[in-house]
Amino acid sequence: MTARSIRGAAAAALVTALSLTAAACSNPDSSKGGGSGAGSTSAVVGIAYEPDSLSPLLGYGKDGNSKIFDGLLALDEELKLQPALASALPDVSADGLTYTYRLRQGVKFSDGKAFGAKDVVFTYRTILDEKTNNPSRNELDAVKDVTAQGEDTVVFTLKYPYAPFAQRTVLPIAPEHIAGKQDVNTGAFTTKPVGTGPYVLTNWSKGEKLSFTANPRYWGGEPEVKKFTMAVIKDDDVRATRLRSGDLDGAILPPNLAKGFANDKNKKTYAANSYDYRTVTLPTNNKVAGDTAVRRALDVAVDRQTMVDAILNGSGKPAYGPVPTDSEWFTKGTERTHDLAAAKKILDEAGWTPGKDGIRTKDGVRAAFPLWYVTGDKLRQEHALAYASDAKKAGIDITVEAGTWEVIEPRMKHDAVLAGGGSPADPDFDQYTLLKSSLAGDGFNNMAWYDNKAVDEAIEAGRRSGTKAERKKAYDTVQRELVKNPGYTFLTHIDHIYVVEDRFGPLTTQIEPHDHGLASGPWWNVEKWSTKDTGDAKK
Amino acid sequence: MARMTGRRALFAVPVLLTVTFGVFAVAAASPFDPVKAYAGTAGLTASQENLDQLRANLGVDQPLPTRWWNWLTSALQGDFGDSTVMRQPVADVIAERMGWSVLLAASAFVIAILLGTALGVLAARRPGGWLDRGVSSAAYTLEAAPAFWLGLLAIWLFALKLDLLPAGGLTDAGSETITFGQVASHLVLPAAVLGISQLPWFFLYVRQGVMDALAEDPVRGARARGLSERTVLLGHGLRSGMLPMLTLIGSRVPELITGALLIETVFSWPGIAAATVQAATSVDFSLLAALTVLATAAVLLGNLLSDLLYGLADPRVAFDG
Repeated sequence: MTARSIRGAAAAALVTALSLTAAACSNPDSSKGGGSGAGSTSAVVGIAYEPDSLSPLLGYGKDGNSKIFDGLLALDEELKLQPALASALPDVSADGLTYTYRLRQGVKFSDGKAFGAKDVVFTYRTILDEKTNNPSRNELDAVKDVTAQGEDTVVFTLKYPYAPFAQRTVLPIAPEHIAGKQDVNTGAFTTKPVGTGPYVLTNWSKGEKLSFTANPRYWGGEPEVKKFTMAVIKDDDVRATRLRSGDLDGAILPPNLAKGFANDKNKKTYAANSYDYRTVTLPTNNKVAGDTAVRRALDVAVDRQTMVDAILNGSGKPAYGPVPTDSEWFTKGTERTHDLAAAKKILDEAGWTPGKDGIRTKDGVRAAFPLWYVTGDKLRQEHALAYASDAKKAGIDITVEAGTWEVIEPRMKHDAVLAGGGSPADPDFDQYTLLKSSLAGDGFNNMAWYDNKAVDEAIEAGRRSGTKAERKKAYDTVQRELVKNPGYTFLTHIDHIYVVEDRFGPLTTQIEPHDHGLASGPWWNVEKWSTKDTGDAKK
Repeated sequence: MARMTGRRALFAVPVLLTVTFGVFAVAAASPFDPVKAYAGTAGLTASQENLDQLRANLGVDQPLPTRWWNWLTSALQGDFGDSTVMRQPVADVIAERMGWSVLLAASAFVIAILLGTALGVLAARRPGGWLDRGVSSAAYTLEAAPAFWLGLLAIWLFALKLDLLPAGGLTDAGSETITFGQVASHLVLPAAVLGISQLPWFFLYVRQGVMDALAEDPVRGARARGLSERTVLLGHGLRSGMLPMLTLIGSRVPELITGALLIETVFSWPGIAAATVQAATSVDFSLLAALTVLATAAVLLGNLLSDLLYGLADPRVAFDG
């Protein structure tokens, strides 16, 4: 290695570096090349979470709207079931055990191969297979078998009558001729999916973005928005900045950042109602939190409206149970009014007497318990602190603690946890896993170890009976029982806020689940968006 | 020289074995649960039975030595197993991401070496001058500054405030294809931050080396013979001052790797280092072990490289072996 060769190498490196910077300089507004500059038929949206896999066999898109795939059925704006790959809603046998779907004819996968009954059977059987690593498998617990009858009919037989079963069939159908030929857990299909849906995945750069292009073969007609990109941006501030700079056409934002776009004439703010609740688990095994009087007192001591106003900036609603107050399944009259005097009265009557420090005791037990929230979740932290301060006024001493799930999990049996969840739209989905006594301590289900015979019976009746009136009656029973003995203190249902460029016209949102999947937001039906003429002032 | 390389290669085998076993042991002892990490939010509504089945499918219910041995035997046959976090074979993960990491690290190294050498020589020319004092104090400050903090600062300044450079990623959100111009503009910030975080060491080594060289007799002689200051500085000073810096190149490799870990995560750069962070937090044994082998090999190669370079540059240094 002589001095000369060192010099030569240095010069070469310098030239390389210079040419790189020159290339960078020659494209001064490259950071603005996304949204508005790329023609009106493309949309770039910023999302906060990324799916682990794009294979429906591993759980992707199980709640519908997967963009790349279709389910047998789909949910419309009102969350009513509509036919998708099925040509009509299913025929249900009188005993509720057999669901028969007729399939849409002439549908092709994006690779040109025909879709048929074998793909449906393959998809469901693969998900039900124990060797498939699908963590949402128990959503299909009711299924005994699925069989094809000819090319255009699929029949599901259930182990027990399960009223909301049709809602589960929005899950996406995978092509057997591709996914069936590789390892279901790690094959190329998990990152390079092929479906029948309105969009085709062109590129997935993990941790950065997913790029889609319109599927010209789509049975519902080719979408008008030809290029659709979802940029994965975990940081809220960065997402807001990139939306402001024009790099994005739309984004999900926390309420305080969305406010900054209120005066922007070219952008519209959408608040999507959701089933996304925040609740405090009150474990039955805890001498204080498991006490019915304490539970009832906390239920009325907590000031939900103030939480909505202060923590959520008004973008949300008070919650009294997993069912949102504006749902048709909500039992009118089970709202709890904030009433501190009533809370104190309940505790007094139950023999919880205030001590010198204002904290109550009963039989030598101090009314105190810890409340855990997941480290780093600001929203849960604020809910937990507000809850603890409301409880203190009633004489209950709650210590708020932060930890990762690894720390919290072993303590769930005795300590309260600030939890979240919510899956639209059937009342069975949340209530069964939250309240069924046999699920106490089963994974993260029924974290309160809630055990109430009347509720158990009503939940079973609700999921088995066919008619809506009977079901409504059962869930009314559940919600009334929760007033008498709440195993959780439900606090709020949280709206999800989105800001989108106005040029896509007025958009809609669905009622959204707790998970921010790819399906959420005003782009739940991006395949139906149309771009309006610019300069056309609305209203 | 060849003998030294051979001996080092033999020595690498037990090191790599120990390191992989260590990774498995640490990952198994960590509080993170691979099944929870795999299931994600779906795991919060999954039944215990389903979670137990997942545990068996992923093979994380077996004892640690068994798992390590299974991984090792299949790795030696060229099968590095499947990554649970990426849902694809480990070999694919590495193949997809390696190039981007090499590009980032190489650009950063070039920036650090060129800038460090240039500034070092200039500072050594007038020790105690304003340039020397300014750059030296900046270098000491930078030595203490964590790379991720520098990265966040750079994003805040250049991307958010000035809107000059993209804040992260490999290409713009709207572009589907990877073009040279796109990548180049997205590379500037992460490479510059990573390079600048490595710069102080190169700068200080060169400055010290050149200053020592300028105080030696040959330099005094050269000046006395009336050679130009430039010839003295670059021909004599820099040449002997480069020696300590050459050894530094190899020994900075581990630092560069840890720096890249943080920088790739901050800038959402789709490289192998960003995948390492994901693999670690979700206890992805196969991917973690493969990446650790790569990192260890890079460090061992770096050490070998610095010894070889030193031997080439200074004939007085004997190769061991």
